[in-house]
Amino acid sequence: MIYMDNAATTMRKPKEVIEAVANAMQCMGNAGRGAHEASLDASRVIYDTRERLARLFGAESPKNIVFTNNSTESLNIAIRGVLCPGDHVVTTMLEHNSVLRPLYAMEENGVELTIVSSDPSGNISYDEMEAAIRPHTKAIVCTNGSNLSGNMIDIARVGEIAKRHEVLLIVDASQTAGVYPIDVQQMQIDILCFTGHKSLLGPQGTGGMYVRTGLEVRPLKCGGSGVDTYNKHHPKEMPTALEAGTLNGHGIAGLGAAVKYLEETGIDQIREKELQYMWQFYHGVKKIPNVKIYGDFSTERRCPIVTLNIGEYDSSEVSDELLMTYGISTRPGAHCAPLMHEAFGTVEQGAVRFSFSHYNTEEEVETAIQAIRELAEE
Amino acid sequence: MRKKELKLVITFHTTADAMAMEKACKEHGAAGRLIPVPRTISAGCGLSWCADLTEREALKSVMEKVGLQEEEMHECMV
Repeated sequence: MIYMDNAATTMRKPKEVIEAVANAMQCMGNAGRGAHEASLDASRVIYDTRERLARLFGAESPKNIVFTNNSTESLNIAIRGVLCPGDHVVTTMLEHNSVLRPLYAMEENGVELTIVSSDPSGNISYDEMEAAIRPHTKAIVCTNGSNLSGNMIDIARVGEIAKRHEVLLIVDASQTAGVYPIDVQQMQIDILCFTGHKSLLGPQGTGGMYVRTGLEVRPLKCGGSGVDTYNKHHPKEMPTALEAGTLNGHGIAGLGAAVKYLEETGIDQIREKELQYMWQFYHGVKKIPNVKIYGDFSTERRCPIVTLNIGEYDSSEVSDELLMTYGISTRPGAHCAPLMHEAFGTVEQGAVRFSFSHYNTEEEVETAIQAIRELAEE
Repeated sequence: MRKKELKLVITFHTTADAMAMEKACKEHGAAGRLIPVPRTISAGCGLSWCADLTEREALKSVMEKVGLQEEEMHECMV
C-alpha cells in the first residue's frame, strides 16, 4: 500500500515510538498517583515529554505544556475556556471544524464571530483580519496551515496584529507542529493547540497545548489530579488545572520518543523531504488535462499537501479507484473544513487530498502521478 | 516499620514541579528522593522531596538555580 494520507494521521511511525509505547505498557504506573517506582517512572516519562515539547515550541517552561487527547480537545479547552458572552472573536475561512464548531457553539452563547474570507487560491488578507478587530475583540483563533489546501497563515504576522490590538492569539498547529519551527514567544502566541499523531509522529490519542504564563483558562473538566484531595475544587496550578484524570501515559511515552526522533533527525530535514515529494507530485500532475489543483503553489512555504479533482468525477470515486487499482491511500470528500470547500467551490464534489511523509519514496510519488494521468485520460 | 527520623520535606503545588525537582537534584548532584507526602503535612502535591536536614541550603540553591518554587518546606519525622 502506498500511504499518502499523512495529513489525516502519519501511519508510519519511527520504531522508537512503537518501542516506547510497548515498553511503557509493560512497566508504567499511574503518574502522580503514588511514589513507588512504577508511578515515578510514568511521571518521569511524562515530565520528560513536557520538557521536549516546551523546547520544541519555545515555551517558558515545561509547566506551560498541557497534555490532551488531540487538537480538537485542546481547541475546545482554549475556545470555551477564554471566551465569554459579549466577547468578539476573529477566525478565518481556512479553519477546520475543530475550530469552527467550538466557535459556533460559543456564538450560540452570545459570542460575536467574524470570519475572515479566503481568496480563490485559499489565502486570507491580513489587512482584512486586522480591520475585523473591534474594541471588544477577545481573540484571534486561526490555523497555521490549512488541512485542505496546505496553504499557510503567517502566524508571526498575526501575532503582531494581535499584540498591536491587545487581543489573544490562539493557534491551531495540527498540520504544522513537527513540520515547521514554531516559537510561541517569538510569534506572540498565547495558546498553541497541537496533536501528537500527525507530523509529531506520535500515537493517536496524544496531543496538547501551550498556554502562556499567567493566562487563565477555564477548565472543561475537573476531577482526579493526584493532589489536594480534600479541596472541593480542582487545583488552579498549571498544568494540573487543565489535566483532570489519568493522563494517557502510554501514548505520551510514544509522543516523547517521537519528539526525540524529531530532535535527532531534524524537522528541517524531514520537511525538506516531504516538500520534495509534494513538488514532485505537483509538477507531475499540474499539466495533466482535466486535473484541477487547489491552493497556492506560488510559495515555497506550504504544508506537504496537494489536493485535486479530476474533471467532474466525484472525489470519492477517484480516491476509491486510486486504492483499488493502484493501492494508493488518499482522502476524498469533505475534509472537515466546510468554509474552505465553499471558497474552492468543492462542496458537492469534495476533493482528493494527497499528503506526504518523509517515509514516502520518489517511486511511490511517480506511481501516484502515473495513476492520476491514467485516470484523467479515461 | 522503619524507625522515624527528623527529615527535611519539601512539598510542591503540582506533580510537574515535583518531577522538575527530582530532575534538578539529579543534574546538580543534590541529595534526597521523592516520597509520598507524609500525612502530617497538608500539601498540594502527592509527592514531596525528602532529604537530611543538613541538605536544606544545598537544595534551596538548586531550586533557585532552576527557578523552582516549593509549596512549603517542613521538618518532620519521616
